[in-house]
Amino acid sequence: MIEIPLASETDFEGWRAAARSLCLTGAAPADVVWRTPSAPASLLAGAPPPEAPAGKIRASNRFIDMARKAAHHRDPERFARLYALVVKLQDRPHLLDDPTDADAVWLARVNKAIGRDLHKMHAFVRFKAAGLSETGRERFAAWFEPEHRIVQLAAPFFMRRFTGMDWVIVTPDGTARWDGEALRFGPPGTRSDVPAEDAVEDQWKTYFQSIFNPARLKVSAMTAEMPKKYWKNLPEAALIPQMIASAEARARGMQEAAPSQPNPLASTLAARRPGDRAGPTLETLDDVRRAAARCQRCPLHACASQTVFGEGPADARLMIVGEQPGDREDIEGRPFVGPAGQMLDRSLEAAGLDRSAAYLTNAVKHFKYERRGKRRIHQRPTSGEIDHCRWWLDLERDLVDPEVTIALGASAARGLFGKSVKVSELRGEILDLNGKPALITVHPSYLLRLPDPARRAEEEARFVDDLTKARALLAA
Amino acid sequence: MAKTLIQKLSILADAAKYDASCASSGTSKRHSLGTGGIGSTEGMGICHAYAPDGRCISLLKILLTNFCIFDCRYCINRSSSNVERARFTPDEVVRLVLDFYKRNYIEGLFLSSGIIRSPDYTMEQLTEVARCLREDHGFRGYIHLKTIAEADPELIEQAGRYADRLSVNIELPSETSLRQYAPEKTETTIRKAMADVRARIDTFEGERAEKRRKAQPKRFAPGGQSTQMIVGADTTTDVGIIRKSADLYASYRLKRVYFSAYSPIPDASSALPPVKPPLMREHRLYQADWMVRFYGFDAEEVAGATKDGMLDLDIDPKLAWALANRALFPLDVNRADRETLLRVPGLGPKSVDRIIAARRHGRLRLDGLSSIVRSMKPVLPFVTAADYSPGRTLDAADLRARFAPPPKQGELFA
Repeated sequence: MIEIPLASETDFEGWRAAARSLCLTGAAPADVVWRTPSAPASLLAGAPPPEAPAGKIRASNRFIDMARKAAHHRDPERFARLYALVVKLQDRPHLLDDPTDADAVWLARVNKAIGRDLHKMHAFVRFKAAGLSETGRERFAAWFEPEHRIVQLAAPFFMRRFTGMDWVIVTPDGTARWDGEALRFGPPGTRSDVPAEDAVEDQWKTYFQSIFNPARLKVSAMTAEMPKKYWKNLPEAALIPQMIASAEARARGMQEAAPSQPNPLASTLAARRPGDRAGPTLETLDDVRRAAARCQRCPLHACASQTVFGEGPADARLMIVGEQPGDREDIEGRPFVGPAGQMLDRSLEAAGLDRSAAYLTNAVKHFKYERRGKRRIHQRPTSGEIDHCRWWLDLERDLVDPEVTIALGASAARGLFGKSVKVSELRGEILDLNGKPALITVHPSYLLRLPDPARRAEEEARFVDDLTKARALLAA
Repeated sequence: MAKTLIQKLSILADAAKYDASCASSGTSKRHSLGTGGIGSTEGMGICHAYAPDGRCISLLKILLTNFCIFDCRYCINRSSSNVERARFTPDEVVRLVLDFYKRNYIEGLFLSSGIIRSPDYTMEQLTEVARCLREDHGFRGYIHLKTIAEADPELIEQAGRYADRLSVNIELPSETSLRQYAPEKTETTIRKAMADVRARIDTFEGERAEKRRKAQPKRFAPGGQSTQMIVGADTTTDVGIIRKSADLYASYRLKRVYFSAYSPIPDASSALPPVKPPLMREHRLYQADWMVRFYGFDAEEVAGATKDGMLDLDIDPKLAWALANRALFPLDVNRADRETLLRVPGLGPKSVDRIIAARRHGRLRLDGLSSIVRSMKPVLPFVTAADYSPGRTLDAADLRARFAPPPKQGELFA
């Protein structure tokens, strides 16, 4: 029998060094006794460990992390089980995933218990103010009784969070202390080491009572997450029995109370709100833009984020009309800012046209889409939707009165000409639009969808040619 | 008479308790070791207390004021309500946050407000609290600000610089219901506000993804945005709610849609029925939402396993889906892939990962499976293992009844 003395109940490093040597000497788990300070000395003195030969043992980082946590568990067998696992791991490196190995299952279970205990400690420690330190820093102290010996594991969290104040957490297994410089661990303490009262507690209790909705009483859901064993150190917990007892009567009271007379303030306020829905004037482009922002002429407004109105100088000589805003345009509220817009920008530049001098708009002003999973997929507007939206497009055309108009794609053409036209037949031709020249070409998103790179390059060049024709018209 | 801080706290926490948002998770990790200040976020939120309504208390959830110029019928703070009114100064809120935080009562602040004077003015006040906490006190804890729809996008921009999360509540699942219950609100203004937030989050994330950038991107709401929908105040079905949430997730990349069972409020408007809050319905909706967000279901699949547009209140929606799609089962736990295993009732992402890891130790048997799974009952009819097959269980006509609570006995002898 080999006896290994450990320096403390949670002496993981001592265990680790001894376990490494023992494993190298081939000591069987059954032949090793791990003795912590609290364990009674065995009647038969064990032998010291034999000298270990040089060598390496296999232990993954995952195992070391889990073993370190397990060392803080109260299971009296923890060090023996960990050693048994080390021995087994030498032949079976993936042992920890084996749901039939009792030691691996134990390790997973105690890790879960430690994780939960740590989480509860992070949550349920309640600091009480304890005056100022000599250097003028605020001091706080807390008494806490964790289920396992986790004060050292939990302390770094409190250090990261409460750096700017001095604090001490006292537990029955030891204390942790932070002074702004270093984290120090000390001997166990008692509740009396911590102030009994804190001036802010009354405010906290008021908050706790007020945030509770008596119509939603669900006591078991509460106790599942905040077991009663923690209550004695939570100042607010003393209020719980009374809150539960009065909940039903309070909820019933709310249900039974007849509605009272509306506060007259409401009608005063209602009268004061501007009746901004009444008869907008439509004399300038800004008037029209404001009116269009509230457009409900067709059902498309219901799912779109906003009306994406045209953009550009009110006296632009060139007007470019697209089909409809896409996802990006819907979010930003501006036309041609998505992928098709970037395509258009490149082509305009190649054709020697200045986007900022043109007025850009769409035949339909609301984004129409079909949801697929977490995406919104653009859907073509129907002729009916285009025709509804012509109301706005016509107003824009009247007010901007461009010399040349470009229709990008069939929907734009329908919006402008009021009837369906075949883009493939009329592409690149100069047509008459109320006495002014207009030109039909494809929509840039068509170019983006072409899979064959050669075909796409060819089509892009044609697109630039079409735009160049518009430039020639402007120069004429 | 001037109210004390405690009186104001009592009024303004009470006024905030109908908002379901509570999470303090999902933001960037940070701590105060470098700054010597107060506060940290660890990625995962911490619930510091639980109220007897079973809800976690993670944040100081209060209103800056419960005065409001709007008159939304479902809201305790509507202008026509006779509720007692109060108003915090920004300094008072800052003091409460710091005092509570230093005692480890909270993870941070969730600040909302009634709309006073104008949306812009209200938004400025909310932002000022966050600014003061961050800049004047070096606070590194969590901050969630309510975005006031119709506020100037510039103000939203500022708010997002200080806050971890922004949210604007959609409140009701349809434009019709909004018109009926919240005359001053329109879905368009709400969606516009959500779009403004998404546009800025997209920019922030885009800049962060650009590895070559020298400058650190300007932080903007690293915890994303969320919203709340009230359930049971109007007649919208569960399918309507599920579709609406799916639409909001897809449109605005929301981190969460919170559901809040309509709860009777003191001084209720006569336009609303005094009902008990439909808590089970709310719970089932959260489970359905979970299926979409974590189990790879499409909203339409969840909707497909409902009856008359409503989720089954007696069994959870994943089990309901499996019962409606029995032909896909049983699945072999030794062969099925991760995505498919996630469709088995009773198996979550963690147990599925452990099942997959366990497979390299040989064929998984029932005892191995039961050491991985929390409860075998919902799993058994839907899987096969090395030493187990459910036989004809899947065809059993009473399979649903085995999971549903026993039918309530009619009062025959009453």
